Formats: sequence, structure tokens, C-alpha cells
Amino acid sequence: MTRENSLVSAQWVEEHLDDPKVVLIEVDEDTTAYDKGHIKGAIKLDWTTDLQDQVRRDFVNKDQFSALLSERGVANDDTVVLYGGNNNWFAAYAFWYFKLYGHQDVKLLDGGRKKWELDSRELTDEAVTREATTYTAQEQDHSIRAFRDEVVEAIGTQNLVDVRSPDEFAGRLLAPAHLPQEQAQRAGHIPTAANVPWSKAANDDGTFRSDEELKEIYTEAGVDWSKDTIAYCRIGERSSHTWFVLKELLGQENVKNYDGSWTEYGSLVGVPVVTGDEPGEA
Amino acid sequence: MCGATEGGLSLAGVDVAKEAVIQGQVTRDGEPVHGAYVRLLDRTGEFTAEVPTSATGHFRFFAGDGEWTLRTLAPKAEPVDKKVHAAVGNVAEVTIPIG
Repeated sequence: MTRENSLVSAQWVEEHLDDPKVVLIEVDEDTTAYDKGHIKGAIKLDWTTDLQDQVRRDFVNKDQFSALLSERGVANDDTVVLYGGNNNWFAAYAFWYFKLYGHQDVKLLDGGRKKWELDSRELTDEAVTREATTYTAQEQDHSIRAFRDEVVEAIGTQNLVDVRSPDEFAGRLLAPAHLPQEQAQRAGHIPTAANVPWSKAANDDGTFRSDEELKEIYTEAGVDWSKDTIAYCRIGERSSHTWFVLKELLGQENVKNYDGSWTEYGSLVGVPVVTGDEPGEA
Repeated sequence: MCGATEGGLSLAGVDVAKEAVIQGQVTRDGEPVHGAYVRLLDRTGEFTAEVPTSATGHFRFFAGDGEWTLRTLAPKAEPVDKKVHAAVGNVAEVTIPIG
């Protein structure tokens, strides 16, 4: 079972708070959330500064990621448990990112920060420092990362799963509704993409639905389990959540996250775009 | 085309003319509730966005024209649903009392 390897409960985390080989890492869209309160012993990764190249639009490279985790005190053989706000959007993104750089043992806290808070579990603002390590990242595993050309080639041949909200899919909104809407790119979606909002995979408290429910949701939406799949959203974080569901919970082979997502695709010159609620033709 | 109503969340830096703002405050016994979760559901009930409330119990969404539902979750409280109408150029102010 893959769920047991990739997902831990709040109870499990409470039982491992003092385990030196378990490293809790909070990753939030709101990068100030950690500073106001975090799970005891958790360190923070800032997705905007720690995980992104500060000049080009890309991730930090292998050496930079190695240096980052060494400095933060994460070892190659540590069990990394990620959690965050927004139903684990950015924690799932970090999970995918750790997998991209070949970290062996990484898990997601089911429900993330929201479930922890709704359970009234303890948060602290105590500073956390870990002794530096010598971390060595692997080369990026491109079997889980999709780039724009293969996304265009996937139209009509692979499963494309657009995990944004129906209004973003149809082109009525350009960003999640907690963000301002004015954007440069065109609105709409990639032709033939199925719209399965990431939120369908989660309960209101942020925990994942059961494997049976998940399988049914994607099957009903038209996902062909015999085909390879690319998930995308606006900037690649919500689609990491769905990538996690398809790859880690349901155990599908050949699932990629397109981190360029709509902010890249919707800005490309000449590529096909569909507006409205239907997937559209290849 | 005006700013927030008196006592509402500041709209400094927001181009209200281009946005359909839904914002407000979650309260319990008249006091602001920090760390509640407000979910924005579209006209079909589908999740669109979610934010935790601020230290003063406030939240804000940038929606589109139409009917929306705000679903509020908080520790030791039942979820509360509240319908709201949003329109570009307007600020819909909502107060959500929870039990």
C-alpha cells in the first residue's frame, strides 16, 4: 500500500515529535504563517526564496538544494514530514520537489496545518535550530516533471488533468479567488484536459478522501488509467496535490506535474486554448 | 466604486474597480475569531478558494460576478454557510457569527 508510505496522521506526528530522525517541515503559501506558530520542532522552508531561483523562473539547482538542506539540518536518511496551510498545497509541492531531487523517505501530514488547528493541537512560536548536515541531492527525476513541449504533445494522447477551480478552467477567473485576478496570460485550459479540481480529493478538513472515493472521482472525470498523466494548475502547487493523489495514494505509474502550468501555457504564442466548461477537441 | 465600509478590512493597494471583492469578519459572541477557515464555494457548490482569518478575524476573496457561498470552519464549531453576491467594482462585506 502506497498510502501508508506517503501519508501520516496528526496522531503519528504527535507520537514522533521527539524523534531525531523525523524532520517536520512547514511550507506555506503565506510564508509568514510559520513564524506565528508551528508544530513543535518543525523547521520552515520558504517556497518563494528557498525553493525558487531568484532570477530565472526555475527551481534552485541540485547543488543549491543540497546546500539548503545541509544548512537547515536535514540528512539524506531522515524521514521528512511536510505540512502546511491551504490544505497542504505547498507542502504537496515540496513533497514533489523532495521526490524530484531524490529524497528517499518523505511523507505528508494528512490535513496539514488546518486539520492540526481544527483539532486544537498545540502550535508554538519557539525558534528551532538543527545541527547542520552534509546533504547530497540527486539529479532531478524528470519522470515526474513535465515541460511545455511534452504538454503540447500530450493533447489528445495522454490524460491532462486541470486541477484548478471550474471558473479558472472555463476562463471566467485567472487565479484562485483569494488572489487578485489581473494577469497577463490568456484565460482557459489546454484542449482535452479533464477538469478535476484538486479540492475534490480532499475533505473539508483538508484530509484526503479514501482510495475508493478518489479512484471513482478521477474515473468519472474521464481519466484513462491505462494512459500516462500530466497534472497542471496555475503555478504547479495545486497540481502537486493531485500528483500526490494519483502517484502516491493511488499508485499510478507515469504521472507528471507540469510546474509551468497555466501561467506558462497561457502565455505561449500559438498553442491551442479552449474556453468554457467542456474539455474541447485535440 | 468606493472602499470598504467603516470598520471593514483596509482596501489599500487593491484596485477595486477591477475586482469583485468579498470580505468580512468571523465573530463568536461578538468577538473576532482568529484562525478560522473561510472557504469560497461557487454557484455549483464547488470549492474555489480558502483563507484562514487574520488576527482580527478578517478574510478577503477576489471573486467574479455572481452568487457565492462562504463556508466557515473553526475549532469547536459547526460549519456555517452564508450566501453572498459579488460584482466587479463592488466590495461585498459579510459578518459571519459562529457558534
